[in-house]
Amino acid sequence: MNIHIAGGRVIDPASGLDAQQDVYVSGADVAAIGKPPSGFRAERTIEASGLIVCPGLVDIAVRLREPGLEHRATLESEAAAAVAGGVTSLACPPDTDPPLDEPGLVEMLKYRARSLNLVHVYPIGALTQGLLGRKLTEMSQLADAGCVAFSQGDAPLPDPQMLLRSLQYASTVNYPVWLRPQEPSLASGGVAHDGEVATRLGLAAIPTVAETAAVSTILLLARETSARVHLCRLSSTEGVEMVRQAKADGLRVSCDISINHLHLTDVDIGDFESNCNLIPPLRSRRDLQALRAGLADGTIDAICSDHTPVDDDDKQLPFGEAAAGAIGLELLLPLTIKWAEEAGVPLVKALARLTSAPADLLGVAGGRLEPGASADLCIFDPTHTWRVDRERLRSQGHNTPFAGHQLKGKVLHTMVGGHIVYE
Amino acid sequence: MNQHPQLDSTGRLTHLLSIEGLPREIVVDILDTARSFVSVAERDIKKVPLLRGKSVFNLFFEPSTRTRTTFEIAAKRLSADVINLNVGASSQSKGETLLDTVANLSAMHADMFVVRHSQSGAPNLIARHVAPNIHVINAGDGRHAHPTQALLDMFTIRHYKKEFPGLRVAIVGDILHSRVARSQIHALTTLGVAEVRVIAPATLLPADVSRLGVHVFTDMVTGLKGADVVIMLRLQNERMTGELLPSAQEYFKNYGLTSEKLAHADPQAIVMHPGPMNRGVEIDSSVADGLQSVILPQVTFGIAVRMAVMSILAGGQP
Repeated sequence: MNIHIAGGRVIDPASGLDAQQDVYVSGADVAAIGKPPSGFRAERTIEASGLIVCPGLVDIAVRLREPGLEHRATLESEAAAAVAGGVTSLACPPDTDPPLDEPGLVEMLKYRARSLNLVHVYPIGALTQGLLGRKLTEMSQLADAGCVAFSQGDAPLPDPQMLLRSLQYASTVNYPVWLRPQEPSLASGGVAHDGEVATRLGLAAIPTVAETAAVSTILLLARETSARVHLCRLSSTEGVEMVRQAKADGLRVSCDISINHLHLTDVDIGDFESNCNLIPPLRSRRDLQALRAGLADGTIDAICSDHTPVDDDDKQLPFGEAAAGAIGLELLLPLTIKWAEEAGVPLVKALARLTSAPADLLGVAGGRLEPGASADLCIFDPTHTWRVDRERLRSQGHNTPFAGHQLKGKVLHTMVGGHIVYE
Repeated sequence: MNQHPQLDSTGRLTHLLSIEGLPREIVVDILDTARSFVSVAERDIKKVPLLRGKSVFNLFFEPSTRTRTTFEIAAKRLSADVINLNVGASSQSKGETLLDTVANLSAMHADMFVVRHSQSGAPNLIARHVAPNIHVINAGDGRHAHPTQALLDMFTIRHYKKEFPGLRVAIVGDILHSRVARSQIHALTTLGVAEVRVIAPATLLPADVSRLGVHVFTDMVTGLKGADVVIMLRLQNERMTGELLPSAQEYFKNYGLTSEKLAHADPQAIVMHPGPMNRGVEIDSSVADGLQSVILPQVTFGIAVRMAVMSILAGGQP
């Protein structure tokens, strides 16, 4: 179908384009931006004046809960939530049941995603078999099946030796290793940041040093092995500073943070709000400010939703017993806009953290709006204000710490490969 | 969602979950009310009809003898029907969720839940989900709070010291794991004592504890200097096995309350302990049984304070 997107403010962070332009989609691809290609006859025109047209968002941490955890979510439910949030590509961590440690599981997931034909799904394979940290997975075969990187999810590696071997092997097959930095022995049993809030509420704590000790070890071993390392979900001032320094030293390292850590602190736990039980824990205001600064100066490469659907039975429990995590696919864009406004960051720069940068981290196409690229687009109203109603979010999980918040930015159309998948 | 966890819209106490956030007037009202209940225990007929026809469920997800018993006695002296449920042994082990258990008991027309749970915040969760006419009393949750213990401690302090302003109070021991210490700190700062001190080795101190308004000491003798009230905390056996402390003996050497150490406090200082005591670990018998000890009166006052809390929640006066 030929689609003419007329009069929108087109933002393509990769090229720096931010101007009122018309976009012409022909078949699966973007045919032209600005002037129509010769002979272009639109079968549909989307009136986009006052709206922003940008590449579809690339969310690098989305738990689809398949296989094995379908009581929490399914590919269908979460793909619908993704496109409602303007997300056209997503990467899913391997912490399913069983974990994504065999090519057959990955192929099945890819097949299911293709049949659904809503959103591009890029599995992140398990780094070790069963995520148990004992034996390496068949990374080459997993990559052939569709994995774009390898990770332990939130499961720990038992010791630096296993980490070293994992990095050596992954660098041999030339795939990046994604690690959430946390020294397990320093975090054991903890559920909240080691500060005044945890002390007042009597919650077992996870100190910042649990993160920095792990970042330190990972960076040293990355240097040793030349492996490509991506650090997932940084949470602390000191963690960001270590990455900033490593990048300045020329190390090939990248990192991300979740939208939760961009807006919330441990104070938001309030009266034991279990939707604020997150991994890593919400930390202090000082940490929040450091994460925001790191995002603005490029130390932090990408923002992700860290979308984690949890059923009510596992969430409506005392804080320390509640399953950790929050959903976020439909909040990713408005919460990024909120940060950009509060921090005075131009939208084109903010959207880079949701589009081109995460696509580059995954090493996949997408995240770009240019002639010849696949027509994966998001069209949103940047001024539309709406109230987060947990029952009206499309994810099967309703666990969000942002319920009741007023947010600005509403996705009106999402297009994947030239097909309108949401409006 | 943003309503106060334990006060209703008119500012009346509807649940007792924590001392933190309670207005001073409510704390004082509980202490004043408790004073009138002390005399009830001294009568021949130790009963008042304030909670007649009401059902109080003692919902203990964690074993306890003393606290449960004092709540039971308190409720019975108020003429309530008391149902004791040792939930740890029944429904939880069958996989029933906490909220399901509470919903089932609510269907039996409970009026009040007295809750003890190993998880911090469990009573808060229950309070958020019960019908508006049901009251929840926290009888100790995880490391978070033990408000009735702190209130009976305040009652004891007021009984012996009359006034709170001017007092220097030292709390000694495992602050990190102690819900009692947290509630005591909030109660003491709410009542406006001159100084609250906590004394413990660094392994038993929570992060940023000074933000609760206390002075932190790792040396006991320095911390005890001039103290008017010395509160010793129980040291759980599992804390003495090597990771946090090398041994019970070494703990006693540095943090056990002996007559020698107590001599650094004010000569009129009182010694308190929430019980049960580990003699020879955190307190020497000569001090526990000595003239300055008010440990047994604490237990007696505990019943009156719990009667006060229950009657205020139920809306009656003695």
